[in-house]
This record gives sequence, structure tokens and C-alpha cells, in this order.
Amino acid sequence: MTAVTVVFAAMGLVALVSAFLVVTSDQIIHAALWLVVTLGAVAGLYVLLAAELVAWVQVLIYMGSVVVLLLFALMLTRTPTGPGSATVTRNQPLATVVAGATTVALGAVMWAGFGGEVIDEDEVRVGTAARLGDAIFRTWVLPFEVLSVVLLAALVGAIVLTRRGER
Amino acid sequence: MTVEPFIGLSALLFAIGAIGVLVRRNAIVVFMCVELMLNACNLSFVTFARAHGNLDGQVAAFFVMVVAAAEVVVGLAIIVSIFRTRRSASVDDASLLKL
Repeated sequence: MTAVTVVFAAMGLVALVSAFLVVTSDQIIHAALWLVVTLGAVAGLYVLLAAELVAWVQVLIYMGSVVVLLLFALMLTRTPTGPGSATVTRNQPLATVVAGATTVALGAVMWAGFGGEVIDEDEVRVGTAARLGDAIFRTWVLPFEVLSVVLLAALVGAIVLTRRGER
Repeated sequence: MTVEPFIGLSALLFAIGAIGVLVRRNAIVVFMCVELMLNACNLSFVTFARAHGNLDGQVAAFFVMVVAAAEVVVGLAIIVSIFRTRRSASVDDASLLKL
């Protein structure tokens, strides 16, 4: 067992357990806080995969702003947050069957397609900001510009949607 | 180390997120589960970037994060305006395709 395997097992276990708690937690605020734990564990896995900048952006954008935005929405909609507030629909058994089938299908396809691919632990190319910036502004510059327009459109759309009056 | 453990973890996280989307009733919790599924996809993007020794997968993960941020902004705006007219953030009450 190498150090990478041990760290992967620990991080993966934390991610899985906290993701499960996001889905099953009785209180909505707890679900949001467990989501922070899940995202943190996934950020740790990114570091393990030598994706340094992706891990930092995950911490900044997801754990920093997206979760805070979700908590703000919980307050704005005055959702009941006490115990038992997170109600579930009646189709739980059906949902379990569907999700189980999804896992098996996804796992089988990926296993058949990519099983046996080896991660070379000696040859590491760390995804630093310099390298990723190079890739984004050379190879991926057009998709990047399109994406910035998408972000602007989302911003304007959100303002228009939530504006009061004159409807 | 092979890519299988990472792929397996990513598939499991995706399935947990899918169960949440199907089971939970509050629209904001459904959103959290969608974020979980997007993260699972990002994990496999980064895994393959590592396995193939180039950075394109990591750039794809960035793009997914940006689209996720845009999705959260618009989605929360819709949830808040539905709440204003219906006084509820439950997905069962938003069944008419209009505010």
C-alpha cells in the first residue's frame, strides 16, 4: 500500500459518507454543511491527482461562494429548517432502483472503456496556474470567451428574474 | 495506481447525487444534489487528465465549474421568484411551468 492509496481511501470514504449525509440528512442546513465536507474531500482528491489550481478554485468557488449562495437562498425563501424539515417524496424505492441501475451502468461502461489505464506515479505534471493559463489562453481561448458571455447572460438574467414590480 | 478506484468513486458520487435529485422535495436541496453530480463528473475529468498526462481534462473541469456557477445563479433566482408567488420552495408546487 503506497501513501497515495491510503490518502485516496481516506478522502474517498469522507466524500462518500458526507455525500450520503447530504442526501439523507433530516435538516436542510445540515445537508448544506455536509456538502461543504464533500466538496472539501473532492478538493483533496484533486490535489492527489496533481491538479493544484483546480483544487484551489474548488475551495474558492464551491466551498466559498456556491454554498454561501445556497444558504442565502434558504434564508430568503424562509424554508423551515428545524428537525424533520427536509421532507422526501414517496417514490424512494423507485429512486433507489434507478440510482442503483445508474451506478452499475456507469461503472460497467467506464470499466470496459478505461479499465487498466495506469496512473504513472513517477511522471507528474502538476496543473499549476501558469500551465493552465497557458492552455486556456492558447488552445481553449474561444470556448473561454463564449463562457464569459454565458456568465454575463446568467448575471443579467438573474437580475431581471428577481426584479420586483412592473410585471 | 490504476484509474479504476477514482472512476468507481466518481460513479458512486454521481449515483448518490442522482438519488438525491429524485428523492428530495425542497428545490434548494435538489440543487445541492446537482452540484454533487457535477463534482463527480469533474473528478473523472481530472482523473483522465492525470492518466493521460495532459491538462485538457483540467481545463474542462474549469468550464464545468463556470457553467455550474451560472446554473446556481439563475436557478436560485427562479426559486426565489417562485417562492414569492407560491409561498413555497417545494418542487411539487412548481408544476405549472409558469410563475
